[in-house]
Parts: sequence; structure tokens; C-alpha cells
Amino acid sequence: MSVETEPTTAEVQTVAAARSLVGKRSCFIGVGRPSMAAILARMVHNPELVLVYESGTIGAKPYRIPLSIGDGELAETADAVVSVPEMFNYWIGPGRIQVAFLGAAQIDRHANLNTTVIGDYEHPRTRLPGAGGAPEIATGCSEVMVIAPHSPRTFVERLDFLTTTGGRTTQVITDLGVLEPLDGELTLTRLHPGIEVEQAREATGWPLRVLDELEITAPPTDEELSALRGLVARG
Amino acid sequence: MADLTNVPEAIAALVRDGDSVALEGFTHLIPFAAGHEVLRQGRRDLELIRMTPDVLYDQMVGVGCARKLVFSYAGNPGVGSLHRLRDAIEHGWPVPLEIEEHSHAGMANMYVAGASGLPCALMRGYIGTDLEAHTRVERVICPFTGETLVAVPALVPDVAIVHAQEADRAGNVQLWGIPGVQKEAVLAAKRSLVTVERIVDELEPKRAAVVIPSWTIDFVAPAPGGSQPSYAHGITRRDNDFYRAWDAISRDRDTFSAWMDEHVFAGAGVR
Repeated sequence: MSVETEPTTAEVQTVAAARSLVGKRSCFIGVGRPSMAAILARMVHNPELVLVYESGTIGAKPYRIPLSIGDGELAETADAVVSVPEMFNYWIGPGRIQVAFLGAAQIDRHANLNTTVIGDYEHPRTRLPGAGGAPEIATGCSEVMVIAPHSPRTFVERLDFLTTTGGRTTQVITDLGVLEPLDGELTLTRLHPGIEVEQAREATGWPLRVLDELEITAPPTDEELSALRGLVARG
Repeated sequence: MADLTNVPEAIAALVRDGDSVALEGFTHLIPFAAGHEVLRQGRRDLELIRMTPDVLYDQMVGVGCARKLVFSYAGNPGVGSLHRLRDAIEHGWPVPLEIEEHSHAGMANMYVAGASGLPCALMRGYIGTDLEAHTRVERVICPFTGETLVAVPALVPDVAIVHAQEADRAGNVQLWGIPGVQKEAVLAAKRSLVTVERIVDELEPKRAAVVIPSWTIDFVAPAPGGSQPSYAHGITRRDNDFYRAWDAISRDRDTFSAWMDEHVFAGAGVR
């Protein structure tokens, strides 16, 4: 796959998320960008990584990016396929899955997430899908990584609804950089190549704390970019 | 023993106005054909139960057959919102919709409690979230360790409807692939229907299969392709193009109603 064009910010975000799975044993993932990042990690960095989807597929080895967490390819390639109660009670709850990738419509400075409503609960301005597996995934897995677009709509001073607690979040990977909790508050610790601190501040709905010695994400390698573009092209 | 019949007769015998009805299938084996028959028979005032209301419940809620929805994730996976469901919650169209929502872990355990004949199930969860104050859960203290846990109430639907790959002539059901909460829903409910892709002489054991014995089911009815645009592992494929297309069909009330008339109600004489 061609690597001649420069990586987009979304591609850098996906590559950064994939790299965070280096050395990890197992990862719980939802659909969309988290799934793309985890499949990329298996392809490029960590072929032994166990991918777990909440539909009950443990050790799935997808060659394509699934549209839904229940696509047939996941069950066909899985080491084990279990019921939903078993997934939550035997696998997630007791902490058998190491890392979780989650997304959110809103996130606050403590990495709490909202996927329930925008506006008042009884009379929502926008009704979002709801909790799904996230609350218990976020308290069952030992490391939670949030993948979200960096914008003031998403990074808010106050959540409209607290769906999922942020106590186990270790990283928030955005299209601008990476935030990590320092003394309980998400702090900008890394920027993607070509991004300025000011962009991250403007895209955050609270006064963003920034680490003095900011790291810069290494640009995607040809191997990473080519694998990612190949994955997207397979559709 | 389950009665082998057809889908219209099973729905007519099982589903009454005002019932609580669970049509389950966790992205896989979603009983579309049976759900559409509920709509054609004009059932009203239902309490619809489903962990992942997707396109089928968008259709059912959009037609106005439900007064209440119990769920844990309401979205079109990988595509976006369920527009009819949002319209019902946000604007009360075509009728107001009461909601009771849970997490997946919570609702899965509610089915387990129902299937176990217990009044509730215990779990860790809800505490620290805003959901605890907006749904039916209670904190309890573990009598052995003193840990604060959450009790979720048993789900005992009046009717459970699920789809499966096959049944034998005695009505024993076998399904494989993603098992979801199919067995739990059938065992939790007061009455049940399993629609199947095919009736076979003998169930050949499949890898990781779930078998539901005939005597736990009220009706078994053939419905080949009956989970489309969802799928039956090994027999039909998930129609991802349709899930994407649904986004545009469901955005607009009139487009939605015309689509339902043409594809679900046409020839039924019921609306």
C-alpha cells in the first residue's frame, strides 16, 4: 500500500494507539478506530496480542476491520466464543483482560466518560447509545486507553452524564497528542508531529495542564502506514 | 415439547398487547422475521426488551408499538444513531417511549437471574456512575465479606423470541457462532418462540454450539433468512450494506414510514 502521501492526523492517532499495545497480553476493543488500532498492533507489533470483543469472541484474528463487534469473521477466527454473561462475569469482571480501548462522546479531566446523553437525562438534546459494556470494562481491565477526537465538544469541563468512571485510565490518545493522568488530572504529555501546544489547549474545554518536557510522537514508519492503509483498503 | 408451527401462528398465540417482549440476538441471530410479524399483527403498548436495540427495534419503536424500552446499548453498530429511537425519546414520535437502561453486564445478569429463577443477581458495577440514580438497581452488602455490591432485578419477559440455525423435528434447537443471551432469554421468559433457518432430521454437533431442549420452548417455527439483515453464522451473511443504508432511510419520518409500508406491511392489510 502506498506510503507516498503524508499521514493524516487520524492515521497518526491510530498508529500511536497501536504502539501502546506493544508488550501487552490482551486487549478489549469496540468497533471503529480502536478496532483498527488493535488489528494494526497484531499485524505490526504484537502478533501474540489476544483481541477480545464484547460479542463474546476471545482471541479473534480479523483480517478486515469489522463493521460490528458481531461480524462473523470474529467468531470464525476466535480461540473461544462465549455468551454475554460469561464474557462479563468470568472474563472482564475478574480482570482477565489487561487493556481496554474505549471511545466516548464526552470526557472530563478525570477521564470519566459520557456515552449516554447530551443535555438533561429526562429531556435529552441528543440521545447517545448508552453504557454498553464500558462501565464494567473500565473497572475490570487494569489499563484503560481512551481514543477520542480532540475537540472542545468532546473534552469538556463538565460531563452531561457520567456513564463510565475514569480511575483506571492510563492514556487518552487523540488526533493531536496523548494525555495521561498526573495527580488525578489528565495532562498533555505528548504531541503528534507538527502539532502545537496551543492547538491542544484550544481543543480542550478546561484549562489544560501541559508537561514541561513534552514528548513528540515518532512519525509513523513506512511499515505501519502501509499496513494501516492496506487494512483500511480491505474495508 | 415445543409445537412446530409457522411464524404468524406462533406470534398470534404468544404475543398480546401490553406484553413485555424480548427479541434477542447479540448482533447475530436477530429475529427480524418474527419482529416484523409482531408489527403486521398490529400489537401495541409493548414493553420491548433487548440488550442492543439495533435496526429491528428502530423499526418497531418507529412504528409506535412500544410504550417502554429496556436496553443497554442503543446504536447502529459502526454506523451511528438509531434515528427512530432517538426521535421517540427526544420528541415522543410517534408515541412517547419510557426507557429503563442498564449496562451490558447489568442486563446480562438480569437475564441470568430470570433464567435462574432468582429475584436478582449480584455484581460489581453502577456505583460511581450517574446510571445508578436513573435505573432499577440497589446496593447490597455481601454478608460474607462486607463488600458493597449492586443487585440488579431479574428479567422475566412475558415472551422471548430468538432466532437459531436449526431445530430437529422434536423442536430441539441448536445454534452456534456468537451465542449472546439467546439461551438466557428463552429460559428467563414465561413463553418463548425460536425461529430457525431449517428443520433437520438430526442435530449434528457443532463447535461451541448451544442446545436448547424442546421442552423449554413453546413454539419453534421455520424462518429461512429470518435474521436478515443480521445473520445466522454459517448460513447467511450480515448485510452490512443494509445497516449502512438504514441510516438514510430512518433519518426522515416519511421516508421511514414509506419504507416500512413497502417492505414490512405491504399485503398485510394491518397498520
